[in-house]
Amino acid sequence: MVEFFKNYSREKLEKVLEKIGVKDVEDLYSDVPDSIKIRGELNLPEALNEMEIEKYVGRILEKNMVHNEVLTFLGAGLPLHYVPAAVESIVSRSEFYTAYTPYQPEISQGILQTLFEYQSMVCELTGMDVANSSMYDWATGAAEALRMALRVKGKRKVLVGENIGPERKNVIRTYLEPIECDILEVSYDDVSGRIDLGDLERKVKDASALYIENPNFFGIIEKDVAKMAEIIHREGGVFIVGVDPISLGLLKAPGEYGADIVVGEGQSLGGWLNFGGPSLGIFACRGDMTLVRQMPGRIIGMTTDLSGERRAFTMVLQTREQHIRREQATSNICSNEALMAVAAVVYLALLGSKGLRRLATEIFEKAHYACKRLSEVKNVMAPYFSGEFYQEFTLKIVGEDVNRVFSRMVEKKIIPGLVLTKYFPKLDNMLLSCFTEVHSIDDIERLVEAFKEVMI
Amino acid sequence: MMFRQARWIEPLLNELSKEDNVLEKVKLEGLPEEMVREKIDIPNLTETRIVRHFMRLSQMNFGVDFGIYPLGSCTMKYNPKVCERIVSTPKLKMLHPLQPQETCQGILQILYELAQCLVEITGAYRASLVPAAGAHGEFVGTLMIRAAIKDKGELDTRKEMIIPDSAHGTNPASAAMAGFRIVKVPSNSEGLVDIEALKNVVGKKTAGIMLTVPNTLGLFEKNILEIVNIVKEVGGYTYYDGANLNALMGKVRPGDMGFDIIHLNLHKTFATPHGGGGPGSGPVCASKEVEEYLPVPLIEFDGRKYYLEYDRPKSIGFVRGFYGNISVLVKAYAYIRLLGAKGLRNASERAVLNSNYLLSLLDKRFYEVPYGTGVPRKHEFVVSVGEALREKGVSAKDIGKALIDYGVHAPTIYFPLIVQEALMIEPTETEEFEEVEEYARILNEIAYRAYNEPEWVKGAPYNTSVGRIDEAKASHPRTMRLNWRNLEKV
Repeated sequence: MVEFFKNYSREKLEKVLEKIGVKDVEDLYSDVPDSIKIRGELNLPEALNEMEIEKYVGRILEKNMVHNEVLTFLGAGLPLHYVPAAVESIVSRSEFYTAYTPYQPEISQGILQTLFEYQSMVCELTGMDVANSSMYDWATGAAEALRMALRVKGKRKVLVGENIGPERKNVIRTYLEPIECDILEVSYDDVSGRIDLGDLERKVKDASALYIENPNFFGIIEKDVAKMAEIIHREGGVFIVGVDPISLGLLKAPGEYGADIVVGEGQSLGGWLNFGGPSLGIFACRGDMTLVRQMPGRIIGMTTDLSGERRAFTMVLQTREQHIRREQATSNICSNEALMAVAAVVYLALLGSKGLRRLATEIFEKAHYACKRLSEVKNVMAPYFSGEFYQEFTLKIVGEDVNRVFSRMVEKKIIPGLVLTKYFPKLDNMLLSCFTEVHSIDDIERLVEAFKEVMI
Repeated sequence: MMFRQARWIEPLLNELSKEDNVLEKVKLEGLPEEMVREKIDIPNLTETRIVRHFMRLSQMNFGVDFGIYPLGSCTMKYNPKVCERIVSTPKLKMLHPLQPQETCQGILQILYELAQCLVEITGAYRASLVPAAGAHGEFVGTLMIRAAIKDKGELDTRKEMIIPDSAHGTNPASAAMAGFRIVKVPSNSEGLVDIEALKNVVGKKTAGIMLTVPNTLGLFEKNILEIVNIVKEVGGYTYYDGANLNALMGKVRPGDMGFDIIHLNLHKTFATPHGGGGPGSGPVCASKEVEEYLPVPLIEFDGRKYYLEYDRPKSIGFVRGFYGNISVLVKAYAYIRLLGAKGLRNASERAVLNSNYLLSLLDKRFYEVPYGTGVPRKHEFVVSVGEALREKGVSAKDIGKALIDYGVHAPTIYFPLIVQEALMIEPTETEEFEEVEEYARILNEIAYRAYNEPEWVKGAPYNTSVGRIDEAKASHPRTMRLNWRNLEKV
């Protein structure tokens, strides 16, 4: 147990109390009503020492079955990527991780420059001009982007793709509920799995924003994006695109096809899965000041010190934020995911543009190899949708119950993907499988073999 | 002076490489040509250079591991190292959130046990671990109040959230996001909620009250039971902002004060690192009356297995992807178990002792104590830069800049807004008495020097990696630079 009084003799403690002017520590709580003071101790499990707690938590976590103990092909918004050792080495510097928000910039240049570089990298990746230094995660980023668009445009209607991730869709609903605006879903095309442009045309009137994901939740590349931008812009709305940042090593930056705001999940840039968090919400927009002034979150800018000679960094545009603007703030966000942004910038620096291209290409090829091999399995229809995909694709099981197939795969220590029915009831008997650089050709062959065995 | 920070002249990453970053052409079957990217301006550098870059930058940053960091209301306590090691296992790192729940029993058990602990510490009924930060918890809590009001069919009338003028900026910002109109209630001469003013603003329009206890002056609301009653009597809900719970663990519980909803900041009270700004974690605890509105999923145990419960028809729904900042939650759990009930109480008592001790050591000719003179503070206190110094043109900002020159961090400045030239100081329990004494000595020395040579303090800092920042240049539309590209168009 940690004992905060252990280093002190009774004499020292008494001197301190005397200086304060009280007889006992309890006197410092004299303004707490007696009727609610805790008598005795809280009813908590017994205290453990350092060695014991490590052993205790370790023993419980041992019950988890993690990737490789069970070969996992889950993505669905959080694909598993390898984390280079140098990333962990840098984020475990306690100069970074035991600091807080750089309220005193002169003594915090390290984190400030790092976050400035993170913002810059995000701008390069997404083709945007201004990025903030993080949101909580992709879903809250997407929701805040829509709220931002509603503030800028004022028309109480937004459009979201039917084929975006269910996590995002649900969080968007919660975040927008108090605004009392219409959230309309733009259908996807049943054959290609891509956004149905005709449906977009039908619904776009008076919309403040359109939010789509690219690749979409089914892993499919939305290639009509320039057209979508044109349609929503014609109505004066904001075009918001959610991305997998690593896919941008291969795919066009949303800035190149007309996006106004880009959001995404940055956890896979140098962060492990960790059962879904800490996450990293990527958030960037075009350099249009009417947009920038409505952005949520901390933004770091470059300046100099007063000598004018030394480059320096500091938080800027703070008049948008809660500590100054209070109820008029663009968002309530204060603590964010800064250390995850540090991991992301180190990760991107280690890869460089060439490494990122190689990685995204390898992922694309692995997924397509897997798809081809799986399509050879009897009664497996892969891919289900005809649209071109990146790292993830849907597959339909014919003549067998997908849940039974899934259970039998798990018995074989394979999680073949995500059963889609729960999220998209009309997608019956289907799986969404994801492939990245962590999967070897042997892993893919094991998956194929397992399918063959359980499909008989 | 014993402190001098590293002064690397470290270029930006993109200045380290002059190479053209045009990408190799690819032609892949199944890749739509019109969607292929041609260029990314991210430099290609060696691992050596990249590691040196960030190591140099790290040397120009200050954390709790290097010295006292007494930002008021931020609770910058020491982060036990064992907690970091506990979460660095593949058994957590490689666990996907969408795996079948029978393969995630370990983490679900830890989260379940943590929720139990938080419920006991706060005196609430149930806890959600989902929110990613304190402000996120506030938004969740105010959405719950909105849902409860909607349920009673009173959404059209109950639109006012009462918030004291001493509150953190996140409170009004969160409540406004949840659709409420903010009604500010003033502090009285003691620095506490003005009860008469509160009685005047409550009524049929009252949705609820958001209260930070102890408040941002470090004062316990001694009339807390009356305040809660006043709001409940008119049908309003009570929200406890747990940012300052570090003063009260094991002493008194928000649930026993009658609060309906309580958020905690695990990165403050339960010692998880602040990470240069995050990740944090902001669990929300609820009374029996409002628990049905908690966000999904909750973690349940049926006596045999742990599982994620989504079937909660009155829940406000999903508030982020997946289930929370998991590794932060595990660290907080380990911290609670390391201290145990007695240790948590000790931590709070010691935090309060350190704060009062530091206040007692300050030279009151230079640091004036606004509100409730002589009333014991809790874990933090606020002083204002005294008349004597203000006459010399010395500001709270100047004092802060001088402090960092001594290799200690500044307190929170200019907050709460009801105190002019405020310094809000929270030493936390993990500073030894000697450290507290040293901080007081530095503060007094700075005041004395500032009084005699004000130009010195106005020019501070001198020993940090850069001198005082040109904030005007940073924020001026013509000189503002928000990324490493040439930003003429911004």
